[in-house]
Amino acid sequence: MRLLEFFIGNRPRSADAAKDRLKLIVVRDRAATGEGPDFLPLLQQDLIEVVRRYVEIDDDKVVVDVDKRDNLSMLEVNIELPGHFGHQERERAAAVGG
Amino acid sequence: MATIITVTSGKGGVGKTTTAASIAAGLAQAGKKTAVVDFDVGLRNLDLIMGCERRVVFDFVNVIHDDIRVQQALIKDKRLENLYVLPASQTRDKDALDRDGVGRVLDELRAEFEYIVCDSPAGIEHGALTALYFADEAVVVTNPEISAVRDSDRIIGLLNSRSRRAEENGDPVKQHLLLTRYDPVRVEEGEMLTTEDVLEILAIPLLGVIPQDRSVLAASNLGTPVVLDDRSPAGKAYGDTVQRLLGHDVPMRFIDRKPNGWFQRLLRRSA
Repeated sequence: MRLLEFFIGNRPRSADAAKDRLKLIVVRDRAATGEGPDFLPLLQQDLIEVVRRYVEIDDDKVVVDVDKRDNLSMLEVNIELPGHFGHQERERAAAVGG
Repeated sequence: MATIITVTSGKGGVGKTTTAASIAAGLAQAGKKTAVVDFDVGLRNLDLIMGCERRVVFDFVNVIHDDIRVQQALIKDKRLENLYVLPASQTRDKDALDRDGVGRVLDELRAEFEYIVCDSPAGIEHGALTALYFADEAVVVTNPEISAVRDSDRIIGLLNSRSRRAEENGDPVKQHLLLTRYDPVRVEEGEMLTTEDVLEILAIPLLGVIPQDRSVLAASNLGTPVVLDDRSPAGKAYGDTVQRLLGHDVPMRFIDRKPNGWFQRLLRRSA
């Protein structure tokens, strides 16, 4: 079986999909349960408003989390833009930004 | 001063009771006077895993509410000198473990024992919150499985926000991750999250990795903590885990696939 896989190529590794899904859901859970720092929900709301000045996004497309490692805390912000986000919007965003 | 170690997970069926039994037995083997306490009121199982189910007379709830002394409810293990079991009640309501009452009993145990291992129920309700509230240290048990890891993340959040140490702004609960039912073959084939994947998400120190092993079921069938089966991979891995809890630096075992060349295969076939 493994020899066969060697010739026809590996199947997709489901563990990679599991890891990606977990990373995302854990960040959302942490935001929703308020077990991160107190300011995270407010920061998330502010970020949504700022991004909305340039492009229309749903509330759940902005995910904010704090990652704690040893003595370091890292603020992680994930903003998912809609798929049709294209050339024009980018130019407009650049114009406003500049 | 005794150390309270709570074994918790969020999700059920990941091996909390197996782990609580083996950690307690391992600590007792190492010469530490240890009590293992079942917090799963209504669904007690620690007595079965410890093999003392027929010797239960009084339980944790009797001690809190019925004027029974904790010494009357503790069951002395027949194998290990330093090991005692405090069973949960099978009949009472889940809310019978009120926080003040539990705190009183744990204070009494603290005076007599070096380690108190608390076997938390699954979920994030009253019993689980009570078990984690008093923790000095927590062993978060998870499988390399997406739902178990997610639930463990919730429990870690609760340890950080709802434990006594958190509420009283003391030193945080010392947290350890224990990965159970690990299958190196499936990990290598990309079908199972790796230890590193789980650590990256949960970000608490790794205490041990327990391999998927048939001897775990065999041990629970017999009512023996699997750590006492020191010939099995899971038993050895629990032994290592206890050594690490005691502060010893022990390398991880059973995390790599066994060598499986043509020679081994030939040997196996001819065996």
